[in-house]
Amino acid sequence: MASDIAGAVGGAAAGPTAAPRRLPPRWQDALARLGWTAASIGLFVGIWELCWATGLSDPKLLPPPHIFLADIPDQARFFNTATRWQIGINPADGPSPYEAVFITIGATSMRVFVGLAIAAVLSVTIGVLIRYFQLLERLTLPTITLLSPVSPIAWLPIAIFIFGIGNAPAIFMVVVALFFHMTLSTISQIDAVNRNYINVARTMGATKRQIYARVIIPAILPQLLLVLRLNMFGAWMVVLVAETTGVGFGLGQVLSMARNTFNPSLVFFCIALIGVLGFLTDLILRMVQNRILYWVPQTAGVLRGL
Amino acid sequence: MDSSRFRAFSSGDAVTCRGVGKTWAAGTARAHEALRDIDLDIAPGEFVVLLGPSGCGKSTLLYLVAGLEAQTGGVIASFGDPVEKPSPDRSLIFQETSLFPWLTVWQNVSFGLSIRGAPEAERRAVATEALARVGLSAAMDKRPDELSGGMRQRVAVARALAMRPKVLLMDEPFAALDVQTRAKMQDFLLDVWRDSGASVLFVTHHIDEAVALADRVVVFTARPGRIKSILPISLPRPRDPFSPEAEALRRQLTAELKAEVDRAFAEQEALSAA
Repeated sequence: MASDIAGAVGGAAAGPTAAPRRLPPRWQDALARLGWTAASIGLFVGIWELCWATGLSDPKLLPPPHIFLADIPDQARFFNTATRWQIGINPADGPSPYEAVFITIGATSMRVFVGLAIAAVLSVTIGVLIRYFQLLERLTLPTITLLSPVSPIAWLPIAIFIFGIGNAPAIFMVVVALFFHMTLSTISQIDAVNRNYINVARTMGATKRQIYARVIIPAILPQLLLVLRLNMFGAWMVVLVAETTGVGFGLGQVLSMARNTFNPSLVFFCIALIGVLGFLTDLILRMVQNRILYWVPQTAGVLRGL
Repeated sequence: MDSSRFRAFSSGDAVTCRGVGKTWAAGTARAHEALRDIDLDIAPGEFVVLLGPSGCGKSTLLYLVAGLEAQTGGVIASFGDPVEKPSPDRSLIFQETSLFPWLTVWQNVSFGLSIRGAPEAERRAVATEALARVGLSAAMDKRPDELSGGMRQRVAVARALAMRPKVLLMDEPFAALDVQTRAKMQDFLLDVWRDSGASVLFVTHHIDEAVALADRVVVFTARPGRIKSILPISLPRPRDPFSPEAEALRRQLTAELKAEVDRAFAEQEALSAA
């Protein structure tokens, strides 16, 4: 606190000559956040490395980051995306190990985003329609509630029965894992819309359709985007299970191979990749959120003041 | 519905209530009667204040007149036509903020026009005029969360005025404001009311507010809400809150309300003892 004030006073005293050397506040914020992210990961890695250094954890089972990261050049060859099983193709052909890592990441990310997009569009549409048409609610809501607690694992055989192998069953798994919760949460979002908003529109002569399009949907948009962000993590989780169906290549397939061949370094490499990917996609969604929902007041600062 | 029945009682009145009652959750175990046997006529351009203890059903009556809820007994008419659904002729202003946070101030004010599909030029013109009437021309392009509580309620009034309503229904609109702001808003509301020529039905539990604003004060009993007494106030406006006449009125209303509040408390205690 005291140093803050001193800094502010010092800054003011230094006058305009010192100002141009300072970074703009947006960059300062971004740098600070980056620093804290690094510190947070550093703390976690530090504890892990300490366990290794004191001999508390066995490097063969729990290789610390400096070991499994140094292992990457060796591990990258397991990301083989060459279609070796096809007749007439030389097993030595195909992308280099590092290219294969990126192809694998791209394939898994594609399944996450396509699945998330289908689930989001489908569940918001159906959630809104269920509240709009009572008949639809009576016909579908009990079934949706019934299927909601079913684990994605249970859908795995069904995905294969219906779609065989390839991308389709993996994307189906992501969709089915997210759809039911997102539908139910859309409905509860609609029920939580401030009654005054709806009554204002009613006294102005708005029709039911106008109330949905002009009041209810804008009012639930902030919560929907939050639900989308949380479910994005769910999509990253379920895609790994989905990719054990025989998708050709994907992080889930690499992980299950790592488990079968008892290769902890490869497991941790995959976990690190997924963590980074999930973090980046969350960052993108948050940026989209801030762009679309400029009107939602930022309240995190209030809590920090407590 | 045959509207000729309503011509029997003065079709010229802005609002007519005959034997109006409302029971929530009627026919179930949780049924409770909010309003009973309300007879009330409001003349065009009249300022009527509904005064009563909290939970006496005065807000319920406002919702019934607005057409947002259906009464379970009696009839309500506005200018001779039965009230069956909400109408832009009867604008409702709420206690809490009801501005859409995703729209700018002028878009909020012209929301009713956009519902009717009015072109943007017309919407802007109407919003500009309505905001000028509430003294907020400079706030056109701001967002609601950038405004103070008092400013937001002025925008809500502008939004109601933009519909050119014949009846303004106000549900404790200034209850969330501080005392100084509330006094300013009361003066402002009287100006707006005089310009618009609309009738006002204003719900409050503040005796000071009733004395400052009303042509007639309707005092409600505790639950179920019934009309206990109607007190006309003929003092010229602007009213001096410290005049002996105002003092006498406050004293009289305080005495009337105290009996009701005492009764409500006694009932609650009896309920919690049972």
